[in-house]
Amino acid sequence: MSTNGSKPKFAMYWASSCGGCEIAVLNIGEKILDVDANFDVVFWPVAMDAKYKDVEALEDGAITLCLFNGGIRTAENEHLAHLLRRKSKLLVSFGSCATEGCVPGLANLSRPQDILDTAFGTLTTDNPQAVRPIYDYPAPEGPLRIPVFQAAVRTLDQVVPVDYYMPGCPPESHQIAAVVELVIKALNGQAELPPRGATIGAGASTCCDECPRERNVKTIKQFVRIQDLEQIDPKLCLLEQGLPCNGPATRSGCGALCPKVSAQCIGCYGPAEGVVDYGARLITAFASVIDAKDPAEIERILDTLPDPTGQFYRFNLAKSLLRAGRPAWSQQ
Amino acid sequence: MSEQFEPVIIGFTCNWCSYRAADLAGTARMKYPANVRLIRLMCSGRLDPTFVMKALAGGADAVLITGCHPGECHYIEQNYKALRRYLLLRRTLGGLGIEPARVKLVWASAAEGAKLTHEITSFVEEIRSLGPLHWPQWDGAETSAPAQAPAAAD
Amino acid sequence: MTSQAIPLHLPGDAPHEKIGVYVCHCGTNIAATVDVAEVRDWAGQRLEDSGVVVSRDYKFMCSSLGQELIEKDIKDLGLTRVVVAACSPHLHEGTFRGACKRAGLNPYLCELVSIREQVSWVHTDKHAATDKAKAVVSGGVERVVQNTPLEPLHVPIHPATLVVGGGIAGIQAALEIANAGFPVYLVEREPSIGGHMAQFDKTFPTLDCAACILTPRMVEAGANPNITLLTWSEVVDVKGYVGNFVVTVNKKARHVNEALCTGCGICQEKCPKKVVDEVYEAGLGYRKAVYTPFPQAVPKYPVIDVASCTFFQKGTCRACEKLCPTNAIDFSQKDELLTVEVGNIILATGYDLFDARRIPQYGYGRLANVFTSLEFERLTNAAGPTNGAIVLRDGQTTPKTVGIIHCVGSRDRNYNNYCSAICCMQSVKFAHLVKERTGAQVYNFYIDMRTTAKAYDEFYQRVLEEGTLFVRGRVAEVTDAARQPGEEGQLIIQVEDTLAGRQRRIPVDMVILSAALEPRRDAKATAQRFGLSCSADGWMIEKHPKLDPVATMTEGIFAAGCVTGPKDIPNTVAQGAAAAARVLGMIQRREIELEPIKASVNQEQCSGCRICNNLCPFNAILFHEDRMVSEINPALCQGCGTCVAACPAGAISGTGFSNEQILSQIDGLLMLNVARQSAAVTA
Repeated sequence: MSTNGSKPKFAMYWASSCGGCEIAVLNIGEKILDVDANFDVVFWPVAMDAKYKDVEALEDGAITLCLFNGGIRTAENEHLAHLLRRKSKLLVSFGSCATEGCVPGLANLSRPQDILDTAFGTLTTDNPQAVRPIYDYPAPEGPLRIPVFQAAVRTLDQVVPVDYYMPGCPPESHQIAAVVELVIKALNGQAELPPRGATIGAGASTCCDECPRERNVKTIKQFVRIQDLEQIDPKLCLLEQGLPCNGPATRSGCGALCPKVSAQCIGCYGPAEGVVDYGARLITAFASVIDAKDPAEIERILDTLPDPTGQFYRFNLAKSLLRAGRPAWSQQ
Repeated sequence: MSEQFEPVIIGFTCNWCSYRAADLAGTARMKYPANVRLIRLMCSGRLDPTFVMKALAGGADAVLITGCHPGECHYIEQNYKALRRYLLLRRTLGGLGIEPARVKLVWASAAEGAKLTHEITSFVEEIRSLGPLHWPQWDGAETSAPAQAPAAAD
Repeated sequence: MTSQAIPLHLPGDAPHEKIGVYVCHCGTNIAATVDVAEVRDWAGQRLEDSGVVVSRDYKFMCSSLGQELIEKDIKDLGLTRVVVAACSPHLHEGTFRGACKRAGLNPYLCELVSIREQVSWVHTDKHAATDKAKAVVSGGVERVVQNTPLEPLHVPIHPATLVVGGGIAGIQAALEIANAGFPVYLVEREPSIGGHMAQFDKTFPTLDCAACILTPRMVEAGANPNITLLTWSEVVDVKGYVGNFVVTVNKKARHVNEALCTGCGICQEKCPKKVVDEVYEAGLGYRKAVYTPFPQAVPKYPVIDVASCTFFQKGTCRACEKLCPTNAIDFSQKDELLTVEVGNIILATGYDLFDARRIPQYGYGRLANVFTSLEFERLTNAAGPTNGAIVLRDGQTTPKTVGIIHCVGSRDRNYNNYCSAICCMQSVKFAHLVKERTGAQVYNFYIDMRTTAKAYDEFYQRVLEEGTLFVRGRVAEVTDAARQPGEEGQLIIQVEDTLAGRQRRIPVDMVILSAALEPRRDAKATAQRFGLSCSADGWMIEKHPKLDPVATMTEGIFAAGCVTGPKDIPNTVAQGAAAAARVLGMIQRREIELEPIKASVNQEQCSGCRICNNLCPFNAILFHEDRMVSEINPALCQGCGTCVAACPAGAISGTGFSNEQILSQIDGLLMLNVARQSAAVTA
């Protein structure tokens, strides 16, 4: 396939996401030079000019490594997912959006129409001419077509088969560097790649595994918002202080960055290895530490956790078993 | 035959109490509608919210969770843990637009075949009046996009 | 280097299982409501993709011919999984597992799904019932694919037994086991065994003297070479599990060297310090700072009560040390922690008496001549503080009228809802003793008379005939405020006589309160220490109140006597013996087989978050501080699965009811397997 002397091809694509993943890749520092030294970058819209037709012109499987970040929200995202799947040997679901929908996935709680209304029509939107997307626009230069806004955000693997998953919002740069190094080594026959379908660049356990905080047998009488705590014990487990910390259910790999600085884990690395539904793990974790037997008392404690759905599915809704709230898919 | 909606309900039972209550209902030839399909667990404490979500996502219209009465748990107090999980699960499902009434917790001892029969019967009626859940069957990879959003043009 | 070196395929699919489905008619029990043939055919055709290779029906699957059918298929067709659709697993799971085992298949690879109790018997519409039966079979098939072969756990039983509590229940249990030839550790926190019974004078209804029947048992227990007496000792820690408990006992310092002491009693005699004996004499008598609670105490060695001893408090005296003929007094003795290994434990920690001060209107503690039942026992006891003379608090006046109030703190929603079981008979006994010894007029105030056991009612009749008066009604008040002539200087019992239908004021000289039996004040802590649970009342919960009254929910721990609720002496003794029989049964088996339904922690995946640590009521979850991971002790795990469902990292798995098994069963019950198959066919 590749001619003698030519380097394996690398691609990176930005679908429905914020762009933080792209920055995280650039953040790997000097390692980025290794990427350049070892790969021929054929497609990376944020870093270089490239046309879709150039990708289409490649042979199937011509791209060795494709880091695909972002969820699938538009017809364009979906088209590129299929295209890059076809052209890539290793398609990596890169970052939280591609892997589990991430924050854009929370839009799955709302009707698409309401999302557009909010984006284009609320008081805080500066849109004096009330411009709305027009999917087919007859421009003088020819018809313009905006990719269709689909009913819900899907993860990459809900659209095409994926070879590897790299979680994180964004994936930690040192983890990206390690993965890049591994792939380069594998290409040189010096290392073996993990089995297909594996999660790479992260641990198998959860955030607590990397958290230095002291932990005890946990029982709590109420949840508190971080701003309502007069003082945060710098050494003690945050959940034990009532902070709804998602650490116990969130995959390790980040080095417990947030808890280390007294901010609760919000769950961007997604579920631990083998977990079917991330939110379910948190429901049972939080329910387990509530110190009450009386239903009314339990309800009172749960009242201190005002948005459980958002708390448990901030990053994982599109990948969860139920995948979307009813408004997203029902006509009402 | 009328076009009555027949809900599909998955029921979780505890090996020591409610499963035996179901056995007792059978032995006593009590009657309840055929809509509930039971799964035996060792204890209501084994109930992972994942099971409930899996059932709802897989086409069930409702889920019935049963266990020993408070204070009578075979494993001393695990049903309280099931209770706490259930209450938090219900709130979470509510945030996804699932009516809390579709997931119900019932305590039934091994002697309460009649109570279980009654609870199942009335639960089936409640779900019938709520109507089908119709949760979309999102199947694995390579599914086509869900219903397209209507064009939001002027 | 070319990119061909990169492996891009998934590891091979899991080997396909070969499943046999067997649908039972159960005569017409199933077949009358479920179309068995249709279910059979459906399973054979539509569940083929899930691995079903054979599907059969039979009139009675549980018959030997039915079982042979399964065994033959396992051998001939090489089945790797079996699903039987028949009755409840509680009925025949063992039967079909046995058939699989005989044919060489691990019994846990067989799944019995109920289409009788849960389908044919509870539904009437044949169509709906048949559809549900298909779903149930489908659920069983999907589940069984995920089943894993399991082996029961074998745990050896240590032949020694710990008996906690040296009252009559504990003594009885210890003697039964010791006489069968096995070692027993009998732990008692007071200086002597004997318990409450040692304080009593007579026992109802036969009126034998308590000491006469108890003392020989105490002596026997003290002399039996198989019994290690640990008095003045308390259990402080229990670790381990059935067959293999490790118990730590705090042997409090006696300050008397047991190896040297002969029990001559000179130290007690010479000790200058007198203290009120709140325990044995119920506050009516005195003992010394060095003492045995009563002359027949077993063991005979006294203890020094550090809080009262002049030497320990002021550093002087040493009278006992000087006068002891064998130099047995040892002021330097320290508490000692002993570790004993036992296979089983019998808890016989008894009861505490209700504190009658809690009912202020009955005047106990305020009106001198109001006595509790235990005080009265000491009063009538020939070895008691008055040498058996029934007298008022002044120590000399014999009462002419006595009122005995039943149900003090029992059957009263302000205190305890339960009936204390012994008070009726105890009060009748008191009435008899008062009458016999003083000739006084005796009134009994009762709610209902409960005289249910052998010869009890006859005794009640006898006391009635002796002329004791019985007034039905709950006493409102005991007061010394005289209102009418003739009441001065007396205690007036204000009561509604519900038989006569009027209020009465009955002046008496002495009032005896038949106080409730209550759980030990430290019952909760004891329960926690032994991994048991208490009911709302505070009594320990037995495994089954009727069918397993001396076992507890924790394997290897038994309970006898009042620890599970108020009991009279015959029942207490019977329970002691019953618990001993259960323990002997365990010891004789040498090892026990535990169901392999257990949870375990994947140590790699455990993050040490400790969420699971407070979930296990059996203390099976252990946290390793050094490695920061939790671990489950399989012998302690009872298999409820609560921790499996709770682990936020998904690091805990449970055999027999794994996530994979249950999630697959849900798929099957919802017929998603069949839907997928259809989709594949159309595609």
